[in-house]
Amino acid sequence: MNAPIIWILIPFLMGILIFLFLPERHSPLAGGTFATILAIVALVFPIDVALLLGSISLKISSSIQFFGRSFVLNTADGPLLAVIYGLAALWFFGTHASGTANRFVSIGLMIVSLLTASIAVEPFLFAAVLIEIAAMLTIPLLVPPYQKPGKGVVRFLIYQTLAMPFILFSGWMLAGVEASPGDLGATTQAGAMLGMGFAFLFGVFPLYNWIPMLMEESSPYVTGFLLWALPTFTAIFALGFLDQYTWIRNTPQLISTIQLAGVMMVASGGFFAAVQRHIGRIMGYTAIAEVGLVIIAMSLPSSELVSITFMLLIPRGLELAVWALALSILKRRVYSLRFSELQGIARSHPLAAAALILAHLSMTGFPLLAGFPSRIALWQELAGQSLLISFWAFLGLLGLLIAAIRTLAVFVMAKEQVPWQINEDWPQVIMLGIGIIGLFVLGMFPQILHPFIRNLPALFEHLGQ
Amino acid sequence: MLINFISWIAVALILATSTTLLITRDWRFSLGALAAQYLAAFWLITRHLPFAMGSAKLITGWMVVAALGMTRLGISNLEEENVESFWPRGQWFKVVLILIVTLAAAGTTSRIEAAIPGLGLPVIAGSLLLIGAGLVHLGVTSEILQVILGLLTLLTGFEILYGAVESSILVAGFLAVTNLGLGIVGSYLLIAGFYPADTEEQA
Repeated sequence: MNAPIIWILIPFLMGILIFLFLPERHSPLAGGTFATILAIVALVFPIDVALLLGSISLKISSSIQFFGRSFVLNTADGPLLAVIYGLAALWFFGTHASGTANRFVSIGLMIVSLLTASIAVEPFLFAAVLIEIAAMLTIPLLVPPYQKPGKGVVRFLIYQTLAMPFILFSGWMLAGVEASPGDLGATTQAGAMLGMGFAFLFGVFPLYNWIPMLMEESSPYVTGFLLWALPTFTAIFALGFLDQYTWIRNTPQLISTIQLAGVMMVASGGFFAAVQRHIGRIMGYTAIAEVGLVIIAMSLPSSELVSITFMLLIPRGLELAVWALALSILKRRVYSLRFSELQGIARSHPLAAAALILAHLSMTGFPLLAGFPSRIALWQELAGQSLLISFWAFLGLLGLLIAAIRTLAVFVMAKEQVPWQINEDWPQVIMLGIGIIGLFVLGMFPQILHPFIRNLPALFEHLGQ
Repeated sequence: MLINFISWIAVALILATSTTLLITRDWRFSLGALAAQYLAAFWLITRHLPFAMGSAKLITGWMVVAALGMTRLGISNLEEENVESFWPRGQWFKVVLILIVTLAAAGTTSRIEAAIPGLGLPVIAGSLLLIGAGLVHLGVTSEILQVILGLLTLLTGFEILYGAVESSILVAGFLAVTNLGLGIVGSYLLIAGFYPADTEEQA
């Protein structure tokens, strides 16, 4: 067997099969189960290591040749694949509870497999094209056939498409820079091209305006999935660049620019979240702020860089899934997600309201919740580097906390005589319950993630060694 | 000498088609110009890539044109949306924009040739014209078809330049998929909103 076939080709084909042959109501179970199996296989069977099962010797080889280039998933990728497909399974299982249809699971599986291909392709800069193809696949999910496309989806398509040429061309220029490191002009040009490419991909300030727009005009669950998947794989891709081109890490101006971009995202995301009156847009700005934290983590001149980045990325998948699920449940009950429509919703949908608030608090770094340990680790490193950056990042998180408190106030703003009742159905109760428990478990016992995170620095030859 | 002359004709064709794409409001002319643009791009791409790879890009481009054309033909009774009133709609404004792009391309071409010798002036000029025209296109419109045309123009320009420095079949294939994907996504976005909601899927 071959790792790229198992974790790239088969999920892609499975997505096509589900799309073509499975009724919409069965696809969450099928897709979720399939993703869970892939996660377990990644966890149990190490890649490129021969295992003896009775008289049978089993080995998953790590690479495959395709049109003269390699797709490689090696032993260190195992925990990462387990996390990716585990979180994807969570999203797929939640599809039914969120009421999301329109082939989310089938296309979602194809997107995850393409994004997995982006971390396997060599040379790794070709990942930009795979990310672009995955971004295009999300369009049918964001715009159902019965809905006119809004401005958000058009901007999303433009920005993602613009990113690809910048990154591909910068990759070619970077090779030249490595050959003659003293050429300041070429270094600046390559750095600028690379920066522009990642600014479009990550949605660096002010290129993130499509995110709040999408949160308003598209399904919150689908947009949440997009906000989880794309930045996660983009971050892994960016870490690849930092690993491959040592001079990027050793150029103080470039590192300062990366830090500034991250701080701008955290501070502006926090500020805009604090002043919103639409809980979908609040989620969008919070996701932006968290991507800012990931960017700051990637700029740390520390050996813990990779660990902290993944500590931020892994709980993020759970937080966004819980938040998006709760938003979807609330959206089915109210006309819009504006504060004016949601007053007192906690009395009629207590579980969805609680899950939403907890996910939000977790993303602000509230103690005992999933986002807390990663924030502490980040603060610890950041405080030693720059108090100014720490201060602005703190202001951003404060903005997110204000947004959470405002949302909570709106949710409980009901008349006295309105009774408390649970209107969520069983699948929703189960999925929200699992999500809430997960948020607390990851917050109180962060060591659970240790087996996954421990070997991830090995993915990168130079970073964090 | 003759090949160089034909290359400059291709550049002139690119200038004409990108101006047409920007100015015309008739989707038939736009798609015709896009098809001609792919022909010119094919010639410039084959200066550095094998004929077969250039042909693949040409065929992919024409498939995109066909997909967009058939979709637009099927919804010919689209209501006119007046969403771009903010921008100047005059043709002269757009001609001036293309002139600026042409001047910028003319000024930059020789510098790029000096930095990356061997690319060829027509290849660089044609590529920069397309990239600039694509960016201008994206800057002055928010209509779906026009946005897709702008993105395809920009990508074609990039492909000409990138083809000169990277000859991987895998990348060429991925870029072809990207072009085709943009065409299909564009077609989908054009027809989205014209179908009634599926009650089973909505529920």
